[in-house]
Amino acid sequence: MKIHEYQGKELFRKYGVPVPFGIAAHTIEEALAAIPKVQEAAQTDIVVVKAQIHAGGRGKGGGVKVAKTRADAEEAVKRIFGMQLITPQTGPEGKKVQRVLVEQGLAIEHEFYLGMLLDRATGRVTVMASIEGGMDIEEVAASHPEKILKESIDPGAGWQDYQARRLGKRLGLAGAHAAGFPKFMRALTTAYDELDCSLLEINPLITTKDGRVLALDAKINFDDNALYRHPELVELRDPSEEDASELEAKKWDLSYIQLEGNIGCMVNGAGLAMSTMDIIKYYGGQPANFLDVGGGATAEKVTAAFKIITSDPEVKAIFVNIFGGIMKCDTIAQGVITAVKEVGLKVPLVVRLEGTNVELGKKMLAESGLNIVAAADMADGAQKVVAAAATIQKGGAK
Amino acid sequence: MSVLVGYDTRLVVQGMSGSAGAFHTKQALEYGTRVVAGVTPGKGGQKVAGLEQVPLYDTVDEAVQHAGANTSVIYVPPPFAADAILEAAAAGIELIITITEGIPVRDMVRVQNVLANEYPHVTTVGPNCPGVITPGQCKVGIMPGYIHKPGGVGVVSRSGTLTYEVVHQLTALGLGQSTAIGIGGDPVKGMDFIEALALFAEDPGTSSIFMIGEIGGDSEERAAQFIKDHVRKPVGAFIGGLTAPPGKRMGHAGAIISGGKGAASDKIAALEAAGIAVAPTPAEMGTTLAKILSARS
Repeated sequence: MKIHEYQGKELFRKYGVPVPFGIAAHTIEEALAAIPKVQEAAQTDIVVVKAQIHAGGRGKGGGVKVAKTRADAEEAVKRIFGMQLITPQTGPEGKKVQRVLVEQGLAIEHEFYLGMLLDRATGRVTVMASIEGGMDIEEVAASHPEKILKESIDPGAGWQDYQARRLGKRLGLAGAHAAGFPKFMRALTTAYDELDCSLLEINPLITTKDGRVLALDAKINFDDNALYRHPELVELRDPSEEDASELEAKKWDLSYIQLEGNIGCMVNGAGLAMSTMDIIKYYGGQPANFLDVGGGATAEKVTAAFKIITSDPEVKAIFVNIFGGIMKCDTIAQGVITAVKEVGLKVPLVVRLEGTNVELGKKMLAESGLNIVAAADMADGAQKVVAAAATIQKGGAK
Repeated sequence: MSVLVGYDTRLVVQGMSGSAGAFHTKQALEYGTRVVAGVTPGKGGQKVAGLEQVPLYDTVDEAVQHAGANTSVIYVPPPFAADAILEAAAAGIELIITITEGIPVRDMVRVQNVLANEYPHVTTVGPNCPGVITPGQCKVGIMPGYIHKPGGVGVVSRSGTLTYEVVHQLTALGLGQSTAIGIGGDPVKGMDFIEALALFAEDPGTSSIFMIGEIGGDSEERAAQFIKDHVRKPVGAFIGGLTAPPGKRMGHAGAIISGGKGAASDKIAALEAAGIAVAPTPAEMGTTLAKILSARS
């Protein structure tokens, strides 16, 4: 689960990770009123107006503005609030800005990158840092891997101050900056652990001319599997940042990801679902979604999944590919039949069933009277659904 | 011959009184698995409907002391799974197979650390995996038993349903399996490809190997290097997620591409460079292995 920068900074404050003074606003009026408050509280004329959307690269898209006067800041608020912000991560349609953060400007001495995430190879959480702050860190990692400094956290002992001292030295911190860094890192690593983060990024981490180290940005993702023990974090979810179909899928505990193509897919198991997308592309088609109904789905869940797929207007054909283990083929058949009876079926449906109770499942589909194309195996099904989608697409273009 | 599980397996089911635990215990018994005990804290001494012949204990310790359990399978819900794994290790269980899906990463990081430090001799498989089966002998997990057939192909996979898919294809081609291991797709887990491959390489009952990988991480690349250096048996492979868009988490599994690392194309290139036959589509996993086997004979 992702949250906004301002929410991340509030959590940082709670844990004692220094962040600039700022006020988050949900309306343009609130944002305008925040400007003098920030100026007064921080004793500065310079404020930064930052669009709050989940996607990164906001600066590049014009979603971040440093203003030297109140009038400049007001203009920035009016321009940014409500704008359709396009960044490399939003896709070409962009994302409407509905929240902004008004923050104090600071006299930055240097910008660094700091990130924390699980290193799968070692099974440990790893802190990554670089003196190349602000830049695209993935580019740095690819072209100059030696510029990414790493410290791994022992799961038993936890983060140690010497690691912060060593990291600070390698980053070139000195004086007050070096002295304050262990406390900063202690707070940050505690937050990562206690909040069950899956990713934490500060880009940039800054040093100021008056000797402070602060998080100028805050990107936090949480481990979805651990949210059951953090009800307060679930409250931070912003539904407007999530795809409507993906939200509906989440309600049913389905794994669904919207894609660009026109062939709807319903599969059980993440690996088989990914491979079904692969084989559709192999035969020249384009999947409209990734959908894993999971291992132990009920007929109701299958019906919900089917409705999500058919509600996508781009879908020109549907491929149901099931290998029943725990999931029984008759359950899938029942779910599909119920869904089609409720919402109708306007596009070709290709079904490949294999596994537990396969004969019963096939019999139910055959006797349902529905217009279903049966597939002998995965390859046969993929070829049939690609052909069907191509025919419909052509027909629609006439 | 086989690896990990077989006729010697004496299984304890942790979470046997739950619906999933009870269902799969019945399936395992029907398959011929020796299920010697169940464990559900607070329900020791009670009977589970349909499983009256299997004694239920409060602790894994009792299952080891009184029933001689040497292998555990875990079906307990995610909030209690980490505790269950460590309980099994502390009780002296040698092989722990965790089926539970959705265990927080923080819990698994700690569990694996304790296991590595305190119980280096314990083998763990999973979590979030279908389990391990030695066809005709012993089924530990949630895979459909009837698609398997005893034989010489060792199967190791990160994906559950793709394991069923390849086993089904192999069986249809007359190629039985020595043991099929589902290692699971979680980012922090027990056995990885290399440990499974090492077992198959040593096992006289395994004459060839099929491995199934997914996007994310670099396990497949390291496995490719290991095969090149240590495995002299024919190996076929498939990698799922060739067309997955970067940065998106594909389902519950640890399958995610980020930072330009872990793409399927990198993994396929590494496997091919190690001389491994990679199936072009998931429909051709069985035939890909059959082809290299017939070319050798």
